[in-house]
This record gives sequence, structure tokens and C-alpha cells, in this order.
Amino acid sequence: MSSNSTHYVAAAQTETVVVDQLHLSDKKSNLWLDAWRDLRRRPTFWVSVVLCVFIIVMAVVPNLFTSVGPSGAACDLANSNADASAGHPLGYNFLGCDIWSRLVHGTRTSVLVGVMATAISTVIGVIMGALAGFYGGFLDSLLSRVGDVFFTIPYIIAAVVVMSVLADYRNEFVLALAIGGFSWASTARIARAEVLRVKQSDYVTASISIGLSRFRTMLTHVLPNAMAPVIVVTTLSLGTAIVAESTLSFLGVGLGGATVSWGADISQAQTQIRSAPLALFWPSLALTVTVLAFITLGELLRDAVDPKSRAQR
Amino acid sequence: MSDIENPTSRARLRSSTKESVVSQPLLQIRDLTVSFGTGKKAREVLHGVDLDVFPGETVAIVGESGSGKSTTAAAVINLLPGTGAVTGGSVTLDGVDLLGASRREMESIRGRDIGYVPQDPMSNLNPVWSIGFQVEEAVRANGLASNRKEARARAIEVLKQAGLADAERRMHQFPHQFSGGMRQRALIGIGLAADPKLLIADEPTSALDVTVQRVILDHLASLTREKGTAVLFITHDLGLAAERADRIIVMNQGEIVESGPSRAILEAPQHPYTQRLVAAAPSIASQRIQAVAERRGVEHLEEVVDAKPVVEVRDLVKEYKIRSGGFRSEPFRAVDGVSFQIPRGKTLALVGESGSGKSTVAKMVLQLEKPTSGSVLVDGADTSGMSRKEVFGLRSRMQPVFQDPYGSLDPLRSIGALIAEPLRVHGVGDEKSRRERVFELLDQVSLPREVAWRYPNELSGGQRQRIAIARALALKPSIVVLDEAVSALDVLVQDQILRLLAELQSELDLTYLFITHDLAVVRVAADLVCVMEQGRVVEQGTVDEIFASPAEDYTKRLLAAIPGAEIPLGGNL
Repeated sequence: MSSNSTHYVAAAQTETVVVDQLHLSDKKSNLWLDAWRDLRRRPTFWVSVVLCVFIIVMAVVPNLFTSVGPSGAACDLANSNADASAGHPLGYNFLGCDIWSRLVHGTRTSVLVGVMATAISTVIGVIMGALAGFYGGFLDSLLSRVGDVFFTIPYIIAAVVVMSVLADYRNEFVLALAIGGFSWASTARIARAEVLRVKQSDYVTASISIGLSRFRTMLTHVLPNAMAPVIVVTTLSLGTAIVAESTLSFLGVGLGGATVSWGADISQAQTQIRSAPLALFWPSLALTVTVLAFITLGELLRDAVDPKSRAQR
Repeated sequence: MSDIENPTSRARLRSSTKESVVSQPLLQIRDLTVSFGTGKKAREVLHGVDLDVFPGETVAIVGESGSGKSTTAAAVINLLPGTGAVTGGSVTLDGVDLLGASRREMESIRGRDIGYVPQDPMSNLNPVWSIGFQVEEAVRANGLASNRKEARARAIEVLKQAGLADAERRMHQFPHQFSGGMRQRALIGIGLAADPKLLIADEPTSALDVTVQRVILDHLASLTREKGTAVLFITHDLGLAAERADRIIVMNQGEIVESGPSRAILEAPQHPYTQRLVAAAPSIASQRIQAVAERRGVEHLEEVVDAKPVVEVRDLVKEYKIRSGGFRSEPFRAVDGVSFQIPRGKTLALVGESGSGKSTVAKMVLQLEKPTSGSVLVDGADTSGMSRKEVFGLRSRMQPVFQDPYGSLDPLRSIGALIAEPLRVHGVGDEKSRRERVFELLDQVSLPREVAWRYPNELSGGQRQRIAIARALALKPSIVVLDEAVSALDVLVQDQILRLLAELQSELDLTYLFITHDLAVVRVAADLVCVMEQGRVVEQGTVDEIFASPAEDYTKRLLAAIPGAEIPLGGNL
């Protein structure tokens, strides 16, 4: 029975506890290691990783998957819209070309353009965002307004214009430049916001007072800590860039007629949708699966590097 | 409640308080256990807590971070964060079982029977709604008003009671237009809006300046005394608990280690943990922490004026431009004519409340900000005319340690890389000798060498602060600027770091510029003190002089506001 004035003392522990004892776990940990431990337990992560690796291997060495050529001499009009047969698992399209072979060879164009366009938009976006966020002031106003201008231009329309003007120079790089050059504004905004946040940290002040120049501080301490959300956005925009390539090819302003690409195939097959729906179905499925794989990876990555969403699961 | 009714109701309350001493406690907690996580990962954080709060009584729960004091409070109002859940025991309020209450019953108990004042006044008010709206919301949620007009009238009354004099005008203002103290008053008003029987105050003033803290807690005390409200007061500050509470409950690692009348606990702590806690708590009655037996304290200014100052600050002024609408801007003097000197091997504490300009002075000393006028002299050399290269050289002789142990280390770098960074930047030694130096520094701050391969997030706040100190010492500086370097740490860890700093000072003959808001820490850590208010130096001298006979009103007020100043501490081991 306790009352107002009793003085209770718990039994004293025999060992005296050391103040602020060091507890090192066996496992090292930091943001990326924790994210990795979180990711590797997720089946969806492994599914999308396997798919992405599969797609990239297909893009690099298409001949591993098919010995049939995708176009030219390999096509025989006699096989127009023919059904699947031995060695031709998905059948033939309108022009008598092997659909599986066109899918495999089209991967390279789609993935190459997607990766290049994403790389271009990420590099431009990070540079613009980091400079604006870190240096602030007039430079920030200037770069942010430039970003706003690009934000208002739908990049598909801009890319259509660029590809029409540069009709004589249509190749993968120009296409990637057209897509990436107009889609960096959102990356820049995210990079700027992150840099602004990280810039406030004491460790940035600490490194300046060590004697590190502002520029080197930005490179070594601010940017690495600001990259997590940027990397996530990158994987997401890889998906959209692949779609953009297909869209442009579909609209006829993509790569030239000789280039094999999913977008071009979808575009060609749509005229035959009644007589040969499968010719439309297969490249569309390839596109969907690829984009889904990259976007899923991006979303998992975003959840893994965000400790808040990790705690909720 | 009108003024005419007050005397009678107070009398009635007093008599009822007397009765209840012999009768039942208002809040009764028995063998409470709380766990976080489920299944295999479940971790018990409270291991059987017994606790009584009688009507009209103020009980303080004291403990370090992670002791379970806030978890206990959260369990009472059934608001455990995340995966936390009560796994055993009972909590009853006036005979009503709180753990068995339904969500709806609990909602009516919260606010009406148990008021709650949260810790952080900055984040606990919604920035997009006016103060008036948020108080009216609380009034209406507790069914204290049937229509808008009544709600408004009651809200004004509540805010006035909480000490906001011009409540009618303030009602329309938004949280960002309120100072920290005013926000806390508004939150106290919300907590007491429905005249609850019990008020839980979770570190209600830890984010505020000491003088503001004093005023607010005085007001809270008179308010709860008048209404006969029982208060469960959660704090990390023993002195504050002793000053404000009838009884103190000391918690450590989810268990109550000692409980009893406040004075008894502070004057004659029984449990070894409480004894250590009391001994580590800095107070103005404490002595300067000394590394060795030699006398380090300075009794008179004359003793040190002859020594050549390592750091000298002359008439330092810093003006900022504040936008005042349109393109006009007004100058604002953050630092106004500050001068002081620090002799070699001594510690000068720059003390002041928030907005006093003390951190701005530190930044100017560290060459992170340019003074508007005045100069900083290091070893007799004026820094204002220095070239970039000279400033770079200066940085190796002067290093900072910042307040936030969680923010001052780059989370993506290993500890070894962080400590070696200054050496790399200044091109000191080769890879191998730098690694040796890192080990040496880790030894100096008493951390094992394997920490060099770890990352900051594996360490506690105190350990991170050791790393920050090791990094600051890497270039063998003669001056270290400690910007609130121990303010974020628990008492025992704080004491440990202060001792480490004192040892390093005598070992390496370091000169410290110690920026702090905590006068009790100044007492144990500094030789000289410089009190700042609104950008100016109000008073300066040796610690002994200033603490024994403060000349200025402001200094006197600051000293008087140190919680538990008059209570003699026992338990010095």
C-alpha cells in the first residue's frame, strides 16, 4: 500500500552500468546498407531485378535469344501474319518478319533510348538543382525560372518538334537528347529541395570550418546525401522515357523506318488490329512489362531509402 | 467559472484534497508493462511500473531519454506511438479502468478528465489554423460550448487564464506569429480548457529559455493549484522536478528506481542510480570540473589579464538585413559591440537566451560569417584582413563542435573517414600516418578503434559528440569553439563529455569558447563568463565573481531562473 510520503527505493543492481555504453551490432549499417537489407527480403524486388537484368541482357546481346533476323532478308511476305511455327514462337507480322526476333532486337532501341534519355535528364537536373539549391540567391532564381519554363513544355510535344526539325539526323542519341533535354525539370526540383535540406546540416558547416571549399563540400557531403530521392525518380523516369520513345516511333517521328523498335512495331501493327491482333499484342506486352519492372524497382527503392515508410510496414 | 464563485470553490477543493489524501489516489498505475513491436521482435520497454497520483498533487517523473518516462505518460492516455501496446497491468483514473476503455470512452476522457501539454510548442500547433480556431476546437471537442459564440467566449477565457493578456486580439493570429513561450501558453490553455482532473505535461518547457520557463511554470502551478488539478510532470531535469513537484519518481530503463518526496530524493538519494544522477546534475552549487588535482578555476579577473589572449574579440558588430515589405529592408543588429578576451588554456562561456546573438559571435570567430564591423584576433593577428589562404591556415588552429550530435556527422561516411577528413583537406601526412592519427584520436575520446569502420547511425548521441570532438582535435588546434556542444545530451552523458573536455583541455592546453544557454553548465565547465542579451554583452567576469555577486538585473534573473537553484544536492560520490 503506497501513500503520499513513502520513500521507495528499488533493489540496487549489483553491477554498475557503464554510462553511455557502446553497443555495436555485428552488422554495419548506413542508409544504403539498411535499404539493401530491407530490399533483399522482398520477392517483388527480386522479380523486378530479374526482369530488368533479363531485359538489359537482351538489349546488349540479342543474338543469345534468337538466330532469326528481325528485318530485311529475314522477312518473307509469304509468311505475312502467319501463325507460330517451330523456331518462330510468336509467329509473323504483316511484312512476314518474325515477331519474337523483332521483340528481342527492338529491346536494344527501347532500352538504349530510355537509359540515355534518363541519364541526360538526370545529369542536367542534378546539376541545375544542386547549383540552384546550394548557391541560392540570384543563381537560384535564374535556374529555377529556367526549370519552370521547361516544366510547362510537355516533353513529348517538344521532342516531336525537335525530331521533325532534325529529320535528317534521326538516331538513338538525338532521340534520347530530345526526350532527356525536355524532361529534367522535375529532377531539378527534387534535387534542389534535397540540397536545400542537406545544406542546413551541421556537417556541412563543419566541413567548411575544416577548410574544405564550398564547391568540394557540395560534391563530397551535400550531393551524396541528396541523391536518394533523385535515384528513385531516375528509375521511375526510365519507364516513362521508354514509353516516350515508343510514343515518338508510334507517331512516326521516332527513329527511321529501318530501325527495329517496339514503338514502331506497335505503330505498324495497329493498322492490322482486326486481322492480326497478336502482332500488336506482343510488342505492347514487352513495353508494359519493361516499364512495370523499372517502375516497381523505383518504388521499392523509394520505400527502402525512406525510413518512415519502412517503419510503417 | 466567475470570480465571485472562485473563493468558495477553492475552499471546497482544499477540503476535498484533504479528504482524498486518506482516500483513493486519482491516477493509479499498477504493474504496467508496455512493449513495442509484435511477435519475435517485441521489446518490452516498461517492466512493471507502479505509480499513484493523488488529487491536487504534482508528481514528476524524472529520467534520461529511453527511461520510459514519456511512454508511461502515453500509456495513461492510450496514445502509444507506432507499434507500442500495453501488455499487462492496470491504469485507473478515479476508479475507471483506462486500459479497458473503448476508443469512444477514451476520446471523452482525453481532454475532459486528462489534459495533455506536449513537449514541442513549435510542432504541436497546426500552422495553417489560427490559435483561436485551435482553442475553440478543443473547447467544442470537450462539449464545453453549444454554439460558436459560447465556444469563442470560452476560448478567450481559456487563453486569458493561460496568461495571454490580449487574448481577443491574439485569437486571430497564427502560430508563427507567436513566440515559443506564447505557443506553450496556448497549449497549456488547450490542455486545461475542460478543467481536467489530471494534467499530463511532457517536458512542457524544455524547448524554452530558462526565464520563460520560470514564468510559464509559475503560472501553470498557480493555475493548477487554484483548480485543484493533479499534475503528472515529465522531465529530464532533476532540479526542475524538485522545484515543481511534491513527489519525484526516478525512472531508468523502464523501471522505477526510486520514488519519494522531492527534497528527500535530492538531498539524500538512496539508489545508486539516483545518486549518480544527482551527482552528475550541474547546478550553481557545483564545483568546476577539474581534470587533475591542480587548481584550474580562476577567482579574479586580475589573475588572467596579464596573460596574452589567444582569442580576442573587439567591438564585434553583425547586422542582418530584414525584409520589411516590398524591396525595402531594415538593418537588424544581431551582435552589437561585443568584446572579450580568452587567455590560453582557459574556457570562456558565452551565455545567453535564444536571440541573444551568442551563436552569431561564434560563427564570426570561426570565420563562417563576416563581421559588419569590429575584429576577431587570433594569437594577436587580425583575421579581418586575412587572405583566403591565411583563413585556411587559421582553420587548422580553430575547430568547432556543434550542438546536434545527429546532424554534425555526414551519415554516409565511415567514422574513420570523418575523423581523417580534416587531415586530408590540409594534406597532413600520408594514408598510413593519418590512420594512426585516427586511432590516436579515438583513444583520446575513449572509443574503441573498431569504431573507425562504422557509420554514425550506430552510435548514441554522446558517442557521436565524442567523434565530433575527435574530428575537431585532428589538426591539433589550439582553440575549440563548443557551440551548445553538450546541450542535447542526457545528464550522465553530459557530465561524462564535460569531464572529457576538461581532461583534453589540460592535456593539450586547449582554449575553449563555450557557447551555451545553460548557466548551470557554465558553473562546472568555464573559467570566465560573458553574459549576452539582445546582441550586447551585459556583464562579464570570472565565473566565481559573476555567480557570487551578479551586478546586472538580467544576470540575476538568469541565475534565479535556474531550476532547483536553492536546493542543496546530496549524493556527491
